[in-house]
Amino acid sequence: MTAGEEEQQLPIASNDDVVRARRLVRSLAQECGLSLVDQTKLVTAVSELARNTLVHGGGGSMRVCCPQERGRRGVRAVFEDSGPGMADPEQALTDGWTTGDGLGLGLGGARRLADHFELETAPGSGTRVTVTKWVR
Amino acid sequence: MPDGDVNGARLVELLTARREQLVTEWVEKAVPTVRGRLGELELRQELGELYEALLGGVRDARNPSDLHDDAFGEARALLAEISRSRARHGFTPWETAVGLFALKDVVLTAVDPGGRNAEYLAFLDFSRLLDAVGLFTFETYTRAREQVINDQAEQLLELATPVVKLWEGVVAVPLVGTLDSARTQVVMEKLLQALVDTGSEHAIIDITGVPAVDTQVAQHLLKTVVAARLMGAECIVSGIRPQIAQTIVALGIEFGDIVTKASLADALRHALRSTGVQVDAPAPSLEA
Repeated sequence: MTAGEEEQQLPIASNDDVVRARRLVRSLAQECGLSLVDQTKLVTAVSELARNTLVHGGGGSMRVCCPQERGRRGVRAVFEDSGPGMADPEQALTDGWTTGDGLGLGLGGARRLADHFELETAPGSGTRVTVTKWVR
Repeated sequence: MPDGDVNGARLVELLTARREQLVTEWVEKAVPTVRGRLGELELRQELGELYEALLGGVRDARNPSDLHDDAFGEARALLAEISRSRARHGFTPWETAVGLFALKDVVLTAVDPGGRNAEYLAFLDFSRLLDAVGLFTFETYTRAREQVINDQAEQLLELATPVVKLWEGVVAVPLVGTLDSARTQVVMEKLLQALVDTGSEHAIIDITGVPAVDTQVAQHLLKTVVAARLMGAECIVSGIRPQIAQTIVALGIEFGDIVTKASLADALRHALRSTGVQVDAPAPSLEA
């Protein structure tokens, strides 16, 4: 039960790091016993958020851990960057809204893919996104 | 430390007594080399720890210039950690080493304040040149190795995306692994070329081997399909497993009127049907 409970950190500075982040989260999710569907959902959310950290935040870091709350186990990933932040988080969460050339579904999609989603941001002070998926 | 090494002892004394000042000066000299990729506080902590570890090694090692001595164990661990983190932040080996070499200037100024000993200074210049010589060979070496790795990655890119002809008029690309922009470009080029070369009107893109379909992968897939359509070919995306289907729905990605199938076999059947080939009938016996 102790495996993966300590926090691991990974810098997000290149596309390779996005792949690394996905792999790390997938192995943790398997270890924690998430179902295949939930594993895939979490890994996809992580992929979106890691790419956001890289593209919009100018790079940052990801911290992952396997928290235990009220008898449940889960996997939590926290993405932090010190990029420009967002003036209007609600707008950023709207499907189809993008400042880059993507589909504009990443952030809102990540919220729908995760069980718990938290977005902390302000213009000029970076962005922190937390996603958690619990074992059912 | 060996007995009777008076000069060595004096150096250890000096390094111990003026550690604060020396570390501060070291950090000041090292700050320009990190060019903002690392905070000054972080750098200070890193170099401060390394300084203490080096000092401990110089004090206790049998031979104070042998980094492989047991007494330098902690210093080696810290150096490995620093090198890894620098590499991750995109520092070149050169930049990393120059930041560490800065300690030499700092210590020399402390040993010989005001530069009274001209020979010291001349030697320091020469020593800097030798450092640069060593680093130059080292950087050339790493660059050559990186070139090899890049070449291999490119070859793998080519290898990993075969376009196969499944039937008259039907080609397929089985995708395996991560689908990034570079990969998509290769896939698209090869697929479009194969459509021309084989005169095919149907292309199947099989994503069974793609572990996760996020918005970027989907966007790349959609672009490839649109490009194939412009050439008059119909694309089918196959290999949509249950977990991928659920993820795509949650993400809100629309595949529009693009035909998608669960398996490559389904996709092939669909393609054959629309080309008019009878597939559902039992296989005819071999007699004429």
